[in-house]
Amino acid sequence: MSTGRDPGLQPERTRLAWRRTLLTVTVVTALAVRLASTGDPTGALIAGGTILVWGALLVLCWPRGTGTGPARTGGRTLPLVTVGTVVLALLGVLLVLRGLG
Amino acid sequence: MWEAIRRWFDPAELGSVGETPDYRFSLANERTFLAWLRTGLALVGGGLAAAQFLPPLPMSHLREVIAVALLLLGAAVAIRAVDHWARTERAIRLGQELPASRFPAILALTLGVGALLLVVAVLMRAVGGR
Repeated sequence: MSTGRDPGLQPERTRLAWRRTLLTVTVVTALAVRLASTGDPTGALIAGGTILVWGALLVLCWPRGTGTGPARTGGRTLPLVTVGTVVLALLGVLLVLRGLG
Repeated sequence: MWEAIRRWFDPAELGSVGETPDYRFSLANERTFLAWLRTGLALVGGGLAAAQFLPPLPMSHLREVIAVALLLLGAAVAIRAVDHWARTERAIRLGQELPASRFPAILALTLGVGALLLVVAVLMRAVGGR
């Protein structure tokens, strides 16, 4: 399998795709923390939760975006990253609904 | 449905099906998943941005409705991304046709219709709310 370099650079492209994804997660986290920062305890709690999710996604995505040689594929990382994204979305819904209350 | 969710989290089960394909196919499938995940994240980010950067809109709570709709759409895109990834990986391993999907068309129509409705809302304000 590891017979030299893939001329299509597929492992490298996949690593860069993971890095882009992590970057997008970071931007979304920053937006959520900004929306949560109104100085009340509920906002602080949701901001803390968002940062925890960001940390978990960082730990998940980082190893997939670094290294050389053949990239790992598949595994449990993909569904777990999906769960992180859904949790970010639900925390966002909480933030929006909090503004109505 | 729970069976499908359990399967996403069980790489061994997926690895037991069919034959291990050329790793480049798996990498391409993974990149497609990541592209969809970023689409979902962009919708989530759009929802969060709408909630904090849009000015108050003419209809009450319209801003919150837009934000929540984008956030839930983003979550749905992410879930569909992992489901499609798992089904595609299975099909590749079994040498079957790749799963067809209406989802991109439905997503495009939803976003298009939503955008048109907002254009109408903006025009109504421009005309009626002098």
